[in-house]
Amino acid sequence: MGVEGIGARVARKEDKRFLTGKGRYTDDMTVPGMKYAVFVRSPHAHARITGLEKTAAAAMPGVIDVLDGQQLLADGIGNLICGWMIHSRDGSPMKMGAWRPLANKTVRYVGDAVAIVVADSVAAARDAAEAVVVDYEPLPVVTDPVKALEAGQPQIHPEAPGNLIFDWELGDAAAADQAIAGAAHVTEMKIFNNRLSPNPMEPRSTLGIYDPGDDHYTCYTTSQNPHLARLVMSAFYNVAPENKLRVVAPDVGGGFGSKIYIYPEEIVCLWASKRTGVPVKWTSDRTEAFLTDAHGRDHVSTVKMAFDGNSRITALKVDTIANLGAYMSLFSSAVPTYLYATLLSGQYDIPAIHANVRTVYTNTAPVDAYRGAGRPEATYLLERTMETAARELGISPAELRRINFIRSFPHQTPVIMNYDAGDYDASLNAAMAAADWDGFAARKAEAEQRGMKRGIGMSCYIEACGIAPSAAVGSLGAGVGLWESAEVRVNAVGTIEVMTGSHSHGQGHETTFAQLVADRLGVPIDSVNIVHGDTDKVQMGMGTYGSRSGAVGMSAIVKALDKVEAKAKKIAAHLMEADENDVVVENGELKVAGTDRSVPWSQVALAAYTAHNLPAGMEPGLKEGAFYDPANFTFPAGCYICEVEVDPETGQTKIVQFVAADDFGNIINPMIVEGQVHGGLAQGIGQALLEGVHYDPESGQLLTASYMDYAMPRADDLPSFNVSTSNTPCPNNPLGIKGCGEAGAIGSPPALINAITDAIGHNTLTMPATPQKVWAVANAAN
Amino acid sequence: MYQTNYHRASSVQEAVEMMSNVPEGKYLAGGMTLIPTMKQRLAAPSDLVDLRHITEMRGIMVDGRSVRIGAATTHEEVATSVEIRAVCPALCGLASHIGDPHVRHMGTIGGSIANNDPAADYPAAVLALDATIVTDRREITADDFFTGLFETALEDGEIITAIRFDAPATAAYQKFANPASRYAMTGVFVARRDNGEVRLAVTGAGSNGVFRHRGLEAALAANWSPDAVANVTVDASDLLSDLHASAAYRANLVRVMAKRAVAAA
Ligand SMILES: Cc1cc2nc3c(=O)[nH]c(=O)nc-3n(C[C@H](O)[C@H](O)[C@H](O)COP(=O)(O)OP(=O)(O)OC[C@H]3O[C@@H](n4cnc5c(N)ncnc54)[C@H](O)[C@@H]3O)c2cc1C
Repeated sequence: MGVEGIGARVARKEDKRFLTGKGRYTDDMTVPGMKYAVFVRSPHAHARITGLEKTAAAAMPGVIDVLDGQQLLADGIGNLICGWMIHSRDGSPMKMGAWRPLANKTVRYVGDAVAIVVADSVAAARDAAEAVVVDYEPLPVVTDPVKALEAGQPQIHPEAPGNLIFDWELGDAAAADQAIAGAAHVTEMKIFNNRLSPNPMEPRSTLGIYDPGDDHYTCYTTSQNPHLARLVMSAFYNVAPENKLRVVAPDVGGGFGSKIYIYPEEIVCLWASKRTGVPVKWTSDRTEAFLTDAHGRDHVSTVKMAFDGNSRITALKVDTIANLGAYMSLFSSAVPTYLYATLLSGQYDIPAIHANVRTVYTNTAPVDAYRGAGRPEATYLLERTMETAARELGISPAELRRINFIRSFPHQTPVIMNYDAGDYDASLNAAMAAADWDGFAARKAEAEQRGMKRGIGMSCYIEACGIAPSAAVGSLGAGVGLWESAEVRVNAVGTIEVMTGSHSHGQGHETTFAQLVADRLGVPIDSVNIVHGDTDKVQMGMGTYGSRSGAVGMSAIVKALDKVEAKAKKIAAHLMEADENDVVVENGELKVAGTDRSVPWSQVALAAYTAHNLPAGMEPGLKEGAFYDPANFTFPAGCYICEVEVDPETGQTKIVQFVAADDFGNIINPMIVEGQVHGGLAQGIGQALLEGVHYDPESGQLLTASYMDYAMPRADDLPSFNVSTSNTPCPNNPLGIKGCGEAGAIGSPPALINAITDAIGHNTLTMPATPQKVWAVANAAN
Repeated sequence: MYQTNYHRASSVQEAVEMMSNVPEGKYLAGGMTLIPTMKQRLAAPSDLVDLRHITEMRGIMVDGRSVRIGAATTHEEVATSVEIRAVCPALCGLASHIGDPHVRHMGTIGGSIANNDPAADYPAAVLALDATIVTDRREITADDFFTGLFETALEDGEIITAIRFDAPATAAYQKFANPASRYAMTGVFVARRDNGEVRLAVTGAGSNGVFRHRGLEAALAANWSPDAVANVTVDASDLLSDLHASAAYRANLVRVMAKRAVAAA
């Protein structure tokens, strides 16, 4: 490792721009003639549209046009789709209800868009939006996923009778039932996973530009995957063919999954730009973000975990109802199925697992992937159940986990996944040592003196990242392949541009990807530029989510670098009249091994482009591309320990220490990895302690539509984290990377809830563990 | 935000005149409540009359134990006032926990009291300190001032110019913050006079806004000790119930905050 190579704590190249206010976000984009859009949104959670009067609004000062869902339909713009096909256990395909980008007949959640106003200013557009008169005939509402499946509930989509989207299963029900029937002990729990709002710092924004001269569209947008946005908008939404549509995702201020999806606003702004003849920009305000950004989680589950007389798990049976909201968002069907049930084996050797998942429509915002996506739900369910089982069996939580750890690899679970490498004892031991687990009893006694209830809890998580082998996901229903692409362009002077299909929206790719190149070629990091986020610059890519950019995105760069290096060696060998097999790359030079003959990198690059003296038959230039399709998922894992003090008088929880011991495989930049863990922990702790989306069950109004009611974690809610890694390299990709982006959010909620329930001596507690809930549970326990 | 007209007043009299000449005017102090409300289009004043540049409304005067705080004094100025800290440190502590630094440098005591948000901190202090609200036309006792949720005894166009009170022998404020907004989910301000009289006001909990709890006052007047709170019942039926806290939980918080306030005083 050099000072700028793999493993170095290189300061982030992009931070200069971000920290000095020089970032360029979608809302910063301004083009000549640009106008502003405001959407008219439904104030009802469920209603039929019986009329829409917009003449007065359209005549208001500064208004260019008001466009509605009928016009959008007439122009042939398609329905939004869910891109992952799931079949019910009876073999029938999932029941996808129509999602119009602008509703023209029925609105299904508060915030559903019905019209767009384009005007000279946001204020003028907002004034006109208020003047659009939509006649609604309110319909009955259901927001609760369990209730939505009951007889006699409001029917949300004609395509999905009883609001059931699919009834899916994974694993062997008979084997699980049999093991449960013969078990020495069965732990049963009901588990709620609370609904979350993603809250990226930058709200969604889009700028649609139609150029009539070329019949060409440009879409600036807050996206984690601009190429996917182009693909979907072209192939399914009939906005424009791919060659007539450029999508640019410039600097993006956080996504957490919520910016994977293509939303109505992008489609409608592009269409409106053509309709009105002006570029149309829309930027969400915070209330719109709460209302319309895809939410996360929202599961209700029951679980049975069976044990033999030696406390070995013999079976796991899970029944989950997942709320997908009013419409099926782009990956919504994959999250509670293949990103969830496939992780139900956790770190444990479980012979029989069966999961049944029913997904339902409700009159709430669409639900899709949010940091962790399915894996936090699996981990929470499993680790809460393990903790409860340990309490019921009267053995220590660490011991119960050790009894059941998987120790030989590869390990085939009963739920599809084949774990390639790991050392779960190592992270458990590291976490327990860092947390001084053995000293807890004394700390608890000391806290008792102060009238505080102290508790400790752990969570051993595993996740599947690097999403994912294309053929495998294809066979499971994915509409796309999940490889990644890269192109390495060496300029004539030797500087390097790397085009990647990954997209950085906070992860620091401009630094870590450059570190890889610097490490491989021995060139200074400042001579390497990472280019991403523009379909005109990068040919194709699948974007960033599922902790995939290191494991998949960087592997593609490795492949492209291999090709560049091979060609550079040929040129260098030719220049030095040596055998190319003797040429090595070292410190920015190409050398003949064992001699003092060398040519600098820049000279090889120049030679490639002057082409005056290349090996016979060689094409000029030094530019190579590669696609990398992963052979397997990667399996980051770890152990988190949380220690809390609960004030029994108020129910207030204070986190007194939080330890994270992770196995992320090889690490490119430890500082960035720690940052990812810190952020993930903050989000996981937010879920466990503070955050929760609430709808009024009668009216379907969003009750948590601002920070006055939606509690985001603040710095003083969080302790100083104790993070460490003990890594086993991933055998399935060239860099041995597993991924680290989601771990913190996946592993932390159960550790925290296990700690609080330990403190109050009562096991029935749902997230978020607000002071009021903890107080009520603690007092009921007396 | 809808269109509005901005006026800057340089004296109380000028502000009152400006207000009387506009159709739907509002006074603007720190703007920490009013401006967000306007941005959300929940308020649409035709005109704003800015009070922040009126010198007679600014500043803190402490004479012996008598305190006068100009209505346009910011939370930060109160939080860091050496003069107030010498006679009533509880008020400095209260002000130092309102919102965040930005809010404290803009928001004013007059604006907070005029707004009378049921979860605001200052109303509890004003009521427990038996303060007098001085306006452009009269003086109003705290007991008469707060009349309901976001309701006060202020007449149309009336300006609070100052808050006046005599510092008690001892006082303390305990706030249990709403986890989301960090406003008071329940806050208790308790003040004890040399003659043993106790006033205790609760904010954040009452379904009709800030209120004095006579039961707790009586118990503490009889026995000035945290334990005195234990036997007092707090009736939950008069308390707010919302997403964050049920009335029963708030009733518990009233007792716990009262106990802790007495211990801290
Ligand atoms: C993020 C945030 C957090 C906050 N947290 C807290 C908190 O924890 N606790 C808390 O108590 N408050 C909190 N606040 C509110 C804050 O204290 C406000 O400053 C205060 O409520 C209003 O004061 P202002 O000077 O900003 O008044 P403005 O917003 O300017 O005015 C509020 C109202 O009072 C009227 N008004 C103002 N001054 C006068 C006057 N002198 N005479 C007559 N009428 C007048 C105005 O016309 C308006 O109707 C918070 C605010 C924000 C934005």
